[in-house]
Amino acid sequence: MENTIKDVIIGLEIHIQLTYLKTKLFCSCDSNYRNSLPNTHNCPICLGLPGTLPVINKEAVEFATRLALALNSKINSSTYFFRKNYFYCDLPKGFQISQYNKAGGRAFADGGQVTISLNNHKKEILLNRIHLEEDPARLVHKGSIATSPYTLIDYNRSGISLIEIVTEPVIQSPEEAREFLKRLKSIVQYTGISDLDLEGSVRVDANISIKGHERSEVKNINSFKEVERALRHEIIRQKNFLKRGKKLFQETRHWDDKRKVTLSLRTKEFEADYRYFPEQDLVPMEINSEFIQKVKESLPEMPKERTIRLIRQYVLSEFDAENLVLDKNIADFYEVGVNSDPTFGPNEYKQYCNWLMNDISGWLNEKNMTILQTKLQPKIVAELVTNIKEGNITTKIAKSFINDMMKGKSLVQIIKDKGKKRISDQKLLKNLALEVIEENSKIVEDCKRNLKAVEALIGKVMAKTHGQADPGITRRLMTKLLKEKRFIN
Amino acid sequence: MVIFFNYSVSEILQMKLYEYMGFELIEKIRKKEIKIEEIINSCFNRINEVESKLHSFVKLNREDALKQAKLFDSFLGKKKKLGRLSGLPLANKDLICIKDFPTTCCSKILESYIPPYNATVISKLIDRENAVHVGNTNMDEFAMGGTTENSCYGPTHNPWDLERVPGGSSGGSASAIASGQAIFALGSDTGGSIRCPASYCGVVGLKPTYGRVSRYGLIAFANSLDQIGPITKCVYDCALLLEIISGKDNYDSTSVNVQVDNYTEEIKKSIQEKVIGIPKEFFSEGIDNVVKKEVMKSIDKLEELGARTTEVTIPHLEYAIATYYLICMSEVSSNLARYDGLRYGKTSQNQEGDIYDVFSRTRSDGFGREVKRRIILGTYALSAGYYDMYYIKALKVRALMKEDFQKAFDQCDILASPTMPSIAFKIGEKIDDPLKMYMDDILTCPINLAGLPAISIPCGFNNENLPIGIQFIGNYFEEKVILNIAYKLEQELNIFRKMATIK
Repeated sequence: MENTIKDVIIGLEIHIQLTYLKTKLFCSCDSNYRNSLPNTHNCPICLGLPGTLPVINKEAVEFATRLALALNSKINSSTYFFRKNYFYCDLPKGFQISQYNKAGGRAFADGGQVTISLNNHKKEILLNRIHLEEDPARLVHKGSIATSPYTLIDYNRSGISLIEIVTEPVIQSPEEAREFLKRLKSIVQYTGISDLDLEGSVRVDANISIKGHERSEVKNINSFKEVERALRHEIIRQKNFLKRGKKLFQETRHWDDKRKVTLSLRTKEFEADYRYFPEQDLVPMEINSEFIQKVKESLPEMPKERTIRLIRQYVLSEFDAENLVLDKNIADFYEVGVNSDPTFGPNEYKQYCNWLMNDISGWLNEKNMTILQTKLQPKIVAELVTNIKEGNITTKIAKSFINDMMKGKSLVQIIKDKGKKRISDQKLLKNLALEVIEENSKIVEDCKRNLKAVEALIGKVMAKTHGQADPGITRRLMTKLLKEKRFIN
Repeated sequence: MVIFFNYSVSEILQMKLYEYMGFELIEKIRKKEIKIEEIINSCFNRINEVESKLHSFVKLNREDALKQAKLFDSFLGKKKKLGRLSGLPLANKDLICIKDFPTTCCSKILESYIPPYNATVISKLIDRENAVHVGNTNMDEFAMGGTTENSCYGPTHNPWDLERVPGGSSGGSASAIASGQAIFALGSDTGGSIRCPASYCGVVGLKPTYGRVSRYGLIAFANSLDQIGPITKCVYDCALLLEIISGKDNYDSTSVNVQVDNYTEEIKKSIQEKVIGIPKEFFSEGIDNVVKKEVMKSIDKLEELGARTTEVTIPHLEYAIATYYLICMSEVSSNLARYDGLRYGKTSQNQEGDIYDVFSRTRSDGFGREVKRRIILGTYALSAGYYDMYYIKALKVRALMKEDFQKAFDQCDILASPTMPSIAFKIGEKIDDPLKMYMDDILTCPINLAGLPAISIPCGFNNENLPIGIQFIGNYFEEKVILNIAYKLEQELNIFRKMATIK
């Protein structure tokens, strides 16, 4: 697919819940509805009862400002809300309070960009706008929406603050989309507005077209991970359609994440007319430069700037630095760790990064945990690096420590428990090597033809010492013994 | 406080409690001449006498009201202080939410609806100032109409002539006050819904500046135009109620933080040198001569009291009706979208088909003709391709009308005009001609478009003894000025104690 992908045009609409807000967008109900019983975080306002009025949550405006600044979007000094009118059972007022950049309205913020790297190539993904809006209620079905005998409505989600980010149609492949979302997730994490790892905190709609043909809009992609998959499926579907000589038409499709296919919802002529018009129950939001400045000062260093600084400060490669900053908690962990030992220099910085990004991240991925959910201390990793450097433990042994380290055990304790110090006693190692040569005559024979067989013999010594034999000394001894016995030259 | 200025002792002895002004009853309670319970009983006796003829109320709160009265009586002379309204009976329009009391907007679709919260004005009037809620009053469904004929409970009758409409949409509140079934009432005014029935029923009704009174708990009709306001027997009572319900509310973003004046004091000031603007378009051909004549007579009286007059112009008045109806219908189409029967209110028994089928049936069955007409027209006006042509255009004209009024207020302190183009007409007379009905809003709806305050008070009667109303329009947040002029005129005319004889 890679070679034919240049003709694909993708634009994304990403909806992010502001999960770190205490209250909902227009009322004072608790915003943290996860793990609560259904319909317990409600008041007359978020239930849309007759006579109620919305009042904007000031902190939500601050959160939107944080994100807009982090994405380099231009914040409009005066904006107002619009009503998006449609009937559905998740919408208690019969309209959603949202924003609109047409009909006299303006987005919360215009433009902006996110830089991605793909195959050593950098690209700016341009954004069109950012909106602030309310989430509808959550609908619960038994199994698939199509076959469920009922629909249950949970209004706990009704009125939760959402930010909508709309990209320009500049994404050219599912891989670019994946990279973009990875960077976006990172930026959102740095702004501290949302925990995108929470279930249901993200929803994506994608507009996809093959150049010169009508587009389709794929709705209901409920996680960043699913986006790449949905895009791949939709591109192949459209291409196969064209291959068979058929004409594509504009339509809205639904991503079925159980069957992993897109299904047609409606065609253009059945598109809803949302009858957007100004929400007069709210006064315009006036955002002055003082407020923006204050928010700016409260923002931490963003991933892009941090990458540049890490390259400079810790002599890391761009690749390493970019990966390191992606998860703010990992990057924070790294900086605390490498700075905990004043003797650390470029070599240790690199080693520390490798441990963090390979073994430790691997462990986290496998367990589906974040670094903050473990008891691992930054200083322990620094000690690990130091112990390897000083020859106290081998890299191989160090790897076997990871599991215990993640559980909060100190290195001294692990070493004590496992007794895994490096064996460099030449006499002991020589005897072991001789034993191995004795026991493995067939492999020893092989050494005449294939030098790699020597590695197998070294491995046997390692196995006898449970990995504790010093690999350098063992290699020297083994080679020497084999030469003496003329199995190798 | 000046009391009893025009009565002989025998007249006073014959007066029933429900015939007194609110401020007089407050004085009597404070002096312990009477008990609150007596007043409430007097009003309910009056209700027993006339309600079957008038149909001012859709739901009475008899038992609870008597309980409240006894409770408030017990406050007097005790440590617990009695609020400013001293347990006086309050009639509430059926679209202002009272916790645990059915509030239906006189619509079948909200037949069984009981709000779980109090509107801000209700908290202020009842919880803080101790008014006693006697019942909810009849109105046009969702306040859409000018006659109270569009109620799912049937029409209200005008106390001055039972065959005539009381005006609307707050017709129940106005007729309740005019007939002595309550002392104070609340109405809401979107295009004249307080002033029109006040004019037809010969009582005082005030629509405050948009943002003066919190709309929290007022079931929306057209939310950029709606305001809650008092309907009372006299200007002093009106000033008292307004003083209580005004002010910034954190539950209504559109309520404005402008100082609330001491209206009950302000009304007594001299009107010497006050300039009254006469907007010539408000006296044009469509206005009945008898109405024009009585209004002009009142303006002459004000001149005698020291005010000056000047002619002003509101050139865009001819576009007011079209503009008003486009905006209000557009807002209606959205504000009433929530009535789908899913969470509360009446749901269609026939649950066949998908949710859209059920929604459609529920709304077809639940809404009346006028409401449906406005939803459909409003939906049309907001639709893609028509939005710019209708809604945006209407907003532009609205801005021009505001400018017209601002220019007029450069030359004067208040504007004076008739409230309605005619006196109350017969029930059923215009029911099949919505356009004719809409035209009756010509003198009231421009005030809502501009967001200005306006009051209607009785200024005379025609030869059939039917009341005529005069409207005073003020600049933004200048309620004190219109109340002041209205009070002076009221004292001068001295017809405010005249009550309808209900036959």
